[in-house]
Amino acid sequence: MAEYKRSTLIADSPSGYCPGCLHSLATRLVSDVIEELGQGDNSLNVISVGCSALNILYWGGDFLSVAHGRAPAAATGIKRSNPERLVFAYQGDGDLAAIGLSEIMSAANRGENFTVIFANNQTYGMTGGQMAPTTLIGQKTTTTVYGRDPATTGYPMKMCELISTLEAPCYVARFALNSPKGVREARAGIKKAFELQLQGKGFTFVELLTNCPTNWKMTPLQTLDYMNTNTIPYFKPGVYKDTEVDK
Amino acid sequence: MIVINERLCKDCRYCVKFCPKQILETGSQRNSRGHFYPVVTEPEKCISCGICATMCPEGAIELPAKGDE
Repeated sequence: MAEYKRSTLIADSPSGYCPGCLHSLATRLVSDVIEELGQGDNSLNVISVGCSALNILYWGGDFLSVAHGRAPAAATGIKRSNPERLVFAYQGDGDLAAIGLSEIMSAANRGENFTVIFANNQTYGMTGGQMAPTTLIGQKTTTTVYGRDPATTGYPMKMCELISTLEAPCYVARFALNSPKGVREARAGIKKAFELQLQGKGFTFVELLTNCPTNWKMTPLQTLDYMNTNTIPYFKPGVYKDTEVDK
Repeated sequence: MIVINERLCKDCRYCVKFCPKQILETGSQRNSRGHFYPVVTEPEKCISCGICATMCPEGAIELPAKGDE
């Protein structure tokens, strides 16, 4: 690493995220990449509901805060009317994989030319730690107090795998933010997604595996180990679709 | 050599865990929000790898370009 300077796209104050939350690392990564691409004034962050909405007070660039789960629909309209702008939706798993499942699948299927950054922490963080569609089997939440049982609540949804089966998306990838290697790969992945969007290639989707120390009821360091032993074996990081390479 | 902006620190200790030289540790001082923040115990051993800055969720650690230090 030659040098690192904090991006001016995020506020010069601590984020609203809890200590150790990798959501704030995800936000920082996105801001770093946008600054590196020189798109600071051209970017537009479509902020959804959930912990991602903490960006309303943290994000220094242009943004639009939209209804729960509807970020891909709003981003579609923004991008179609402002095709030159770098538009991305920043969503959590409760927002994207539950209430917004229809919007994300439809936008991906249409191949809309914007990027979705999907922070997957396997819980509804903002509302107090209820079960999300991505909650792992056996994981305890306030609505699955004995651990998630697939007999009654089904299995964790793998959004990258789902979206990569569609024809239109051009880049679908998942990265884990619990190690320096994962963070650097994620940064490269986000950069690639934004570059593809700027080239007009189509829909790009980057899933970032994050944690929730508060609702997992662990210390930040314990969550990193939990991710290694539980989250990553189920949600396997990797590039699921890349039309530039697959040609 | 890294620069720690202790005002932004939330005491997650990711930098302490991942420093390959093990020269970061949680200090005894608190910042204005009540969080203990890390200190560099042996600055001369810092190799400016930037792993602490990579892992800091808040961007509280910066790595100045050579010459700006």
